[in-house]
Amino acid sequence: MLTNIISISLGAILINNFIFSQFLGCCPFLGCSSKVETATGMGLAVVFVMGLASAICWVINEYVLMALNLKFLQTLTFILVIAALVQFVEMFLKKSIPSLYSALGIYLPLITTNCAVLGVVLLNVQNNYNFIESVVYGITGGLGFMLAIVLFASVRERVDYTAEYPKCFEGFPICLVSAGLLALAFMGFSGMQIFS
Amino acid sequence: MLILYAVLVLGALGALFGAILAFAAKIFHVDVDPKQEAIRECLAGANCGGCGYPGCDGYAAAVAKGEAPPDRCVAGGAEAAEKVAKIMGVSAGASERKVAMVMCSGSEGHAEKRFNYSGPIDCRAAMIFGGKSNKTCTFACIGMGNCTKVCQFDAMHIVDGIAKVDRSKCVGCGACVDVCPKSVIKLIPASQKVITACSNKDKGAKVMKICDFGCIACQKCVRECPSDAITMVDNLPVVDHEKCVKCGHCADICPRHVINWFED
Repeated sequence: MLTNIISISLGAILINNFIFSQFLGCCPFLGCSSKVETATGMGLAVVFVMGLASAICWVINEYVLMALNLKFLQTLTFILVIAALVQFVEMFLKKSIPSLYSALGIYLPLITTNCAVLGVVLLNVQNNYNFIESVVYGITGGLGFMLAIVLFASVRERVDYTAEYPKCFEGFPICLVSAGLLALAFMGFSGMQIFS
Repeated sequence: MLILYAVLVLGALGALFGAILAFAAKIFHVDVDPKQEAIRECLAGANCGGCGYPGCDGYAAAVAKGEAPPDRCVAGGAEAAEKVAKIMGVSAGASERKVAMVMCSGSEGHAEKRFNYSGPIDCRAAMIFGGKSNKTCTFACIGMGNCTKVCQFDAMHIVDGIAKVDRSKCVGCGACVDVCPKSVIKLIPASQKVITACSNKDKGAKVMKICDFGCIACQKCVRECPSDAITMVDNLPVVDHEKCVKCGHCADICPRHVINWFED
């Protein structure tokens, strides 16, 4: 059991990183990574939403959809759950951590349409994970997203302040080039097998 | 039967989430500071960014929190500052009115051109040719009106091929200053009456050849100023506004007509 969880965690964070090897959640990855502080906030929000969504969706899938043989409603139901959850997180942040709320700005509602969140719950079903495994996969998937976005934000900050590059690369071009190089680094983990 | 289940399940889930969200909206309700809305009402509402905050709402929020002084709304001027200060219960203090000024007089036909430009009418596009426009003078106003496009107060116009500020309309938000690729526009306190409308730092002989209205650093203003308020820095006259007696003599005697005198 423990080895299983470790292998799921490492897999979600490094080997099958949501952004760099599954290409899920690229919109906030590019849009929300200009500052490390904002990126951390976004990452935490995603960890929170992904973990919670995994838990709730697993319960609904197992005890409602599977029990009533309504497997075909999975995607629709999961979208509903995620949308409601993001709304809830937004209200919670606005009340409790207004600074984080204003820092995340438009990207918080965008988690609703973040395919990484829907991706994680669908993958849970696909991989036949049990409840604990689902939650672990959700949280570590979020952590992998956070690792990627924070690393990338640090790179972007350094590039903005210190790096010299041709003027035509200013803004998004240099940002996409850096993202590509970072993804290449993560390619080093690809194909690794843990405890199997 | 299956369809019935599907409808029921989704309907029940939707209703459940709706109820939870409605409940959460009550619990996590956030009151907006009434001061913030009152302050927002006093501001000019142009979202010009002259205060340094993201729009009028951003500034109003900062003032309401006590993070910003009440006199930053340049478009609203002293009137808005006073109203905002009243809401916040502090005194406004005198904020000096500033106006934009184009530091160039090289109008059409008076400033030498290097070539005929037929590209897009945009100052930044025209800058592509070696970091300067088709005017020979590196410091000159390009006159393609990027500043007129960003001015929200209709205070900036292209007259005779260079930008001119309508001082009665200018609120000093600085939008034109930021957009000018030549940095030839400056914000200057409205109380300063004497302004040299030339930015060319080259020596006189060079300026003489390329512009009819360029400062040639002849020092006439320096010598004739009754209060010794003018000095030459980088081949341009600099007026010490503490010493200036606002007589306007320098503007009268300048052989190149680059020293402007504003009566307003």
